[in-house]
Amino acid sequence: MKPESPSDLFIVSSSPHTHSGESVERIMLDVVIALLPAFAAALWFFRLDALRLTTVCVATCLLVEWLCRKTMKRESSLSDFSAVVTGLLLAFNLPPGLPSWMAAAGSVFAIAIAKQVYGGLGYNPFNPALAGRAFMLISFTGAMTTWSQSPWIQKLSYAATNTVTQATAAVDATTTATPLGFAKEALKSGQPLPVFDTRLLADFFFGNMNGCIGETSALALLIGAAYLLYRKVITWHVPAAYLLTVFAYAAVLHLVSPATSIPPLLHVVSGGLVLGAFFMATDMVTTPVTKRGMLIFGVGCGIITMLIRTVKTGAYPEGVSFAILIMNAFTPLINRATRNRVFGSKK
Amino acid sequence: MQTIPSPFTFRGGIHPAYNKELSSGSPIRELPLPVRLTVPLSQHLGAPAKPLVKVGDAVKAGQLIAEQNGFISAPVHSPASGKIAAIEEALTAAGRPCGAIVIETDGAQEWQLLPAFPAWQSADKKDLVALIGAAGIVGMGGAGFPTRVKLAPPADKPIDTVILNGAECEPYLTSDHRMMLEHAAEIRTGAEIIRYILGAKALRIAIEDNKPDAIAAMEKAFQGIDGDVAVTVLHTSYPQGSEKQQIYSVTGREVPRGGLPMDVGCVVENVSTAFAICDAVINGRPLVRRVISVTGDAVEQPANLLVPCGTLYGDLVAACGGIKGKAAKVISGGPMMGFTVGSLAVPTSKTSSGLLLLSAKKVSCFTSQACISCGRCLDACPMRLTPAEISQCVEADDIEGAEQVSLMDCIECGSCAFVCPAHRPLVHHMRRGKAVVMARRAAAKKANP
Repeated sequence: MKPESPSDLFIVSSSPHTHSGESVERIMLDVVIALLPAFAAALWFFRLDALRLTTVCVATCLLVEWLCRKTMKRESSLSDFSAVVTGLLLAFNLPPGLPSWMAAAGSVFAIAIAKQVYGGLGYNPFNPALAGRAFMLISFTGAMTTWSQSPWIQKLSYAATNTVTQATAAVDATTTATPLGFAKEALKSGQPLPVFDTRLLADFFFGNMNGCIGETSALALLIGAAYLLYRKVITWHVPAAYLLTVFAYAAVLHLVSPATSIPPLLHVVSGGLVLGAFFMATDMVTTPVTKRGMLIFGVGCGIITMLIRTVKTGAYPEGVSFAILIMNAFTPLINRATRNRVFGSKK
Repeated sequence: MQTIPSPFTFRGGIHPAYNKELSSGSPIRELPLPVRLTVPLSQHLGAPAKPLVKVGDAVKAGQLIAEQNGFISAPVHSPASGKIAAIEEALTAAGRPCGAIVIETDGAQEWQLLPAFPAWQSADKKDLVALIGAAGIVGMGGAGFPTRVKLAPPADKPIDTVILNGAECEPYLTSDHRMMLEHAAEIRTGAEIIRYILGAKALRIAIEDNKPDAIAAMEKAFQGIDGDVAVTVLHTSYPQGSEKQQIYSVTGREVPRGGLPMDVGCVVENVSTAFAICDAVINGRPLVRRVISVTGDAVEQPANLLVPCGTLYGDLVAACGGIKGKAAKVISGGPMMGFTVGSLAVPTSKTSSGLLLLSAKKVSCFTSQACISCGRCLDACPMRLTPAEISQCVEADDIEGAEQVSLMDCIECGSCAFVCPAHRPLVHHMRRGKAVVMARRAAAKKANP
């Protein structure tokens, strides 16, 4: 029974000899698919700006990823789609009027510094897209917090005497703040907040508000999130812990001092919370692996987000990016502290 | 006698494609006696048996040809009458070199049997255990642990529950399934003997719910039995057949780390082992043959064959119509825990439950990638370990670190590697890490006896 040629030899390998068929590529592709509804919403509300920023970010991310791997003489990693995910997420976290070169600079930072320097996918301690955004927020503070009113954002027709839109217009005539930006300004200036028209909530839910291009439509993001949950790419633990913490924190604040705080549901649909909770606080590489760890991570993100959003002396109106980045740093510790009880060990 | 759903289910586990329909419908067929048998001296866990015969000796079927060599060891008997042709080195099913006795069979099949105890109900328990030891019976589910050791627990470890393992959770394999369908009465007798020896109160027959016909066969066979007996229907989930997980599913008890089933009052015996016990006690026949599933998409006619231990894989494949197309992988056992072999010149043993031949279509080759911390291996691990972390420690040669995160608790079931999207060879890392630990422990013991 001598083998005739190498093709007649049997393959010898370690068990198991069968596999679920899941792959890193498929997981990343699923995230890309899940981001498509939000991309569609971004195109609807921000038109060419959304297309421009998304194209710049994704293209730059892919180019830098390729260049880095080439320079480091490592295998190309373009086919794992992770650079596409980073590009999309970074673009979704940018304001519509941002110059393209700034978006490109953020993408370079995200891929080269926040990811490839550490060794690429799997080794980065911080979410690359969020690290890129933090870099931009510090480097281009003005441009990153200017919300040029998109002509496509519909003027709200039900402008009662004391709604947030009218009051916003009074605060700043040329640029329109985001709901959270407005709330922070009011908090700082000591002006009482207007009474919110509940119809605003629906507008905000569908995405008809100022904000970063991919974060405004909670509805579109939730459709994508439902797909990720269905595909088991993410679990409910982080998003649920995160959203509930923000809601509970905001509810207590609103109960104690309704004049200076916005309603809890408004907190949940505003800013980058839905995008962050479902798409970035669930990033596999930079968040805990245990279920208990995920819950801790979500609660931590929620508390830090609300601290940044509502502490009067804080500089930023929005805190999702920083909250997730700070919790990313705790991920190894959380993993270590929440290991499962080994079968057969003491309860 | 009743049928109950398993009151518990272990956490973790996976649902691979089972592919059992390839051979589950084929009744057990006896393989014509091969002209040459290569009987391994190591068909069990522990030290290889010591040969008692010389080249040229004539032997009878059932004759002792190699004796037990130490406490954890088992004797080996000749499966056929004939002449000793050689005592040489062969490969075990796991691919390790080991001694083997080559027998040229003469076809006469004259048996030399052990003194049997047809009236076992009144026999001395010690005599029964001695007979089971002398018959060379070992766990036939795969590990090959000497059964006589399991049946003689120390006095401070009373056994209250005997579990008959009919889960057969490995994909493709159907030998236990066919045994339950075709030899239900013998399995019942074997189970009753085990219960009698151990003085256990409860007897459970654990079968996965994907084998309704086996459940029905066992229900029928155990009808009218006295005492606390039940068929426990397990959820189909890999690895339900793993001893620790099965004990938990059936009783809710967790075998302590580093402990044995007897620490929680349980003994688990495979259904085929129960058959072998019946055959030895009633007929005095030592364990020299067993049923093996020869299956996979690269076999012409998948089948369940009754074969003498020591039959070469090549003979099995020939009896199943040969290789279909081209075989890319040949596996001793199932696809989750089986070992690949490099040729068909490997003999079967007492623990050979399956021979799997897969075509290139079923065998995918991967390049492993970096861990992306998806956490799926944690969710799949039935021992509740952190496979990703352990494997990274082993990869970095930090064996102490791996030990600290419970490397030695790994049962090598393969669930982690099955679900890993980065195709990391997690089980391979575990095995390597464990081998290093065992070698260091042995060296330390040698230095400080």
